[in-house]
Amino acid sequence: MLQEVAQKETGDLVINVGPQHPSTHGVLHLVITLNGETIKKVEPHLGYIHRSIEKMCESLSYRQFIYSTSRMDYLSAHINNHACALAVEKGLQIEIPERAQVIRVLMDELTRLASHQLWWGALAMDVGAITPFFHAFREREVLNDIMEETCGARLTMNYMVPGGVMFDLHPNFQSRVKDFITLFKSKLPEYDELVTGNVIFQNRMKQVGFISAEDAVSYGCTGPTLRGSGVSCDIRKHHPYELYDKLQFTEPLETGGDCWARYLVRMEEMRQSLHIVEQLIDNIPEGEFQAKTKAVLKLPKGEFYSRVETARGELGVYIVSEGGLTPYRIKFRSPGFSNLSALDHMARGQKIGDLVAIMGTLDLVIPDIDR
Amino acid sequence: MEFSLSAIANQVDTWLHANCASWLALTIEFVIVGLLCIALFAVLGLVLIMMERKVSAYMQLRLGPNRVGPKGMFQTLADTLKLLVKEGLTPNGADKFLFNLAPFIVMIAAMLVLAPIGFAKDFVIWDINIGVLYISAISSIGVIGILMAGWASNNKYSLLGAMRSGAQIVSYELSAGLSILTIVIFTQDMSMGQIVASQADGWWIWKGHIPVIISFIIFLIAVTAETNRAPFDLAEAESELTAGFHTEYSGMKFALFFLAEYVNIFIVCAVGATLFLGGWMPLHIGNWADFNRIMDYIPSSVWFFGKTFFLIFVIMWFRWTFPRLRIDQLLNLEWKYLLPISMFNLLLATFIAIQGWYL
Repeated sequence: MLQEVAQKETGDLVINVGPQHPSTHGVLHLVITLNGETIKKVEPHLGYIHRSIEKMCESLSYRQFIYSTSRMDYLSAHINNHACALAVEKGLQIEIPERAQVIRVLMDELTRLASHQLWWGALAMDVGAITPFFHAFREREVLNDIMEETCGARLTMNYMVPGGVMFDLHPNFQSRVKDFITLFKSKLPEYDELVTGNVIFQNRMKQVGFISAEDAVSYGCTGPTLRGSGVSCDIRKHHPYELYDKLQFTEPLETGGDCWARYLVRMEEMRQSLHIVEQLIDNIPEGEFQAKTKAVLKLPKGEFYSRVETARGELGVYIVSEGGLTPYRIKFRSPGFSNLSALDHMARGQKIGDLVAIMGTLDLVIPDIDR
Repeated sequence: MEFSLSAIANQVDTWLHANCASWLALTIEFVIVGLLCIALFAVLGLVLIMMERKVSAYMQLRLGPNRVGPKGMFQTLADTLKLLVKEGLTPNGADKFLFNLAPFIVMIAAMLVLAPIGFAKDFVIWDINIGVLYISAISSIGVIGILMAGWASNNKYSLLGAMRSGAQIVSYELSAGLSILTIVIFTQDMSMGQIVASQADGWWIWKGHIPVIISFIIFLIAVTAETNRAPFDLAEAESELTAGFHTEYSGMKFALFFLAEYVNIFIVCAVGATLFLGGWMPLHIGNWADFNRIMDYIPSSVWFFGKTFFLIFVIMWFRWTFPRLRIDQLLNLEWKYLLPISMFNLLLATFIAIQGWYL
C-alpha cells in the first residue's frame, strides 16, 4: 500500500507497450516510464516468441539446422541460411561453384530489397501514413513471386544448403528480375515523393532518436543503425564473402545519428542492392549450382564462425563441433538484439510518438531478437 | 422553374396548423425535424464510411468493400448490424456513469451543430442570427465527451489520447474561429442564411481576395485538427496509443464515436462550404447569362452537398497521404504559425473590408 502511494507521488506513468501493440511489429513488450508525454525509461521485455532455436539446432544435423534459421529473421531468410551454410562450409572446406556464388549473392540482395521495402512501408505506417505500406507491398509482391518460382516459398525460404543452393534457378528468373529492376527504378522516385520529401515526415525523423558513433559501437549496433551514426561496418566490404569483393557498390554512410540518417542509409542501400543485382543478372555463369558433398555431413572437432550482413546488420553464426552428426552448441549473434538494446538510450527524453519512429528506423524483427 | 424544398416544408406547416392546435403542431414539427436529423445522421454515416473506404482503397491500390450488396454498398449496414448485436463492455475499473455518458455527449454535440446549416434554398432547421457563434460554441462541447471517455475508461492509453485531444481541440478552435471571423467581417452578419445570401454575386473564396484564401486554408487545417483526423489524429494515433480515447469502447458505444467522427466531418465541411464556397448558391460567372441560367437549373441541395462532399474528399485525401504530427509539433504549428497568421489575416481582412476593396 505504502509502495503504491510512493509510486503515485513520483508522478511517473508506467505503460506497457505490447506484447499486443500495433507498432512493436510482433510480440515485443516494452515497459515505458513516462513523464506526461516524455519518455523517461524504456525497458524491453523479451521471451514472448522464444522458440529455443539454438537449443533445437543441437539435435538437428548440419543439413537440417539451417532451415530453422529462416524462422529467425524471417525478412532475410536467405541471408540467415547463407550465414549458416558459410559456417558449415568453413568446417568442411567445401569450394563453392561460381554459379552457386552468384545465385547466392543475387538472392541475398533481392532479400535485402524486399526487407527494406517492408521496412519502408512499416516505418511510414508507424508515423501515421498508411498508404505507403500498400505501395511498398505492390513491389514486394513482385519479389515474392520471383522467390516463389525459384525457391518454392514466399516468406520462409529454404534455398541455401551447404555446398551451394538447393535447386537451379527457374528459367524465368532472369527476365523476371530484369522486369523488377525496371519497375522498381521507376517506383523509387515515387517513394521519395510520397514519403522522403514530405515535411511532416522529415520533422518526425530529424533530431529524433540520436545516438553518437561511440554509443552505437558500445551498444553493439550494426548495419544501417551504426552506419546512420557514421561508422563504416558493412561486412560485405570489410570481410567480403562470396563475390562481394569483386562487385561494385558503395556503403552508404550518414553522420546524423538520428532517425533521418538511418532512413537515408536504408533508402540508399536499396539503390545499392539494385545496382549489385544489375551487375550480376546478366553474368550468371554456367556450371554446377551445388558442390559435391557427402550425404551425411560431419564437421571436424572445433569452432567455426561466419558473419554476414543481413538487412538489419551483422549476423554471426558460431558452431561448436565435437565431431558428431549434430553441432554441440550453436550461437547466433543477431543484429536485432543489439540494436534493440540501444532503444532506451535513443528514446530517453523523446515523446511517445518518437518511440514508434525510432523502433521503425531500427527495423526490429522480433523473432530475430527473441530466438 | 427553380427546385426548392421550402414549398414542401411550408405545405406541411400550413396543413398541420390548419388541423391541430398550434402547440401540437409545433410539437409534431419538432418531432419531424428530430427524426429527419437522425435519419440524416444514419444516411451520412453510411455514405461517408463507404466513401472513406472506397477513397482509401483506391489510394491504396485496393478495391475496398465489394462483396455485400452491389459494389459492396451494404458493407457498412452489415457492420452496423454486427456492432448493434455486439456486447457493449464496460471495464471493471471504469467510472460507469461517465463511461456510458461520453459517447452520447459527443453525439449530441455533433447533432446540435446541424441546426443553423442551410442544406438547400430556404431549407434550414433554425436560422439563428448568431449562427456562426452557435456553431463555434456547440462544436467545442464535443471535446468534453472525448475527455470524459478517456478519463472514465481507466486506461492509460485512453487517458493520453484524451489529454492530447483536449490540448489539440482547444488550440485549433482559435484558428478555426478566427478564420470564420474573416467571413463575418466581410458579410457583417453572423447568421448562416445571411452569409449565404451575401454570396449571391460570387463566393467569398473568389471575391474576398487574399485574406479569404488564407483563412480558407487555415480553416481547412484547423477543422481537420478539430475533427481529430489524420495528419492530426493524435487522439487516436493507432500506431502509438492503439485506439486512443475509445480503446475500451465496443459495440454500439464505439459505433457512436465512429459515427460522430463522420458527422463532425460533414458538419465542418458544410460550414466551410457555406462560409467560403457559397453554401447552396450556384456557380455564377460574371455576365455569362446563359451559363448562369444553366447553373441555376441545378437544385440548390445538389450544390450544397456537392461542395460539402468535395471538401470531405479533400480531408480524406489528407488522411490517406500524410504522416501524423507529433504532439509538440502539432501545438507549435498552431501557436507559432497558424494563430499569428490568422490574427494578422484578420487585421488585413478588416482593412480591406473598411476600404471596401472587395466586390
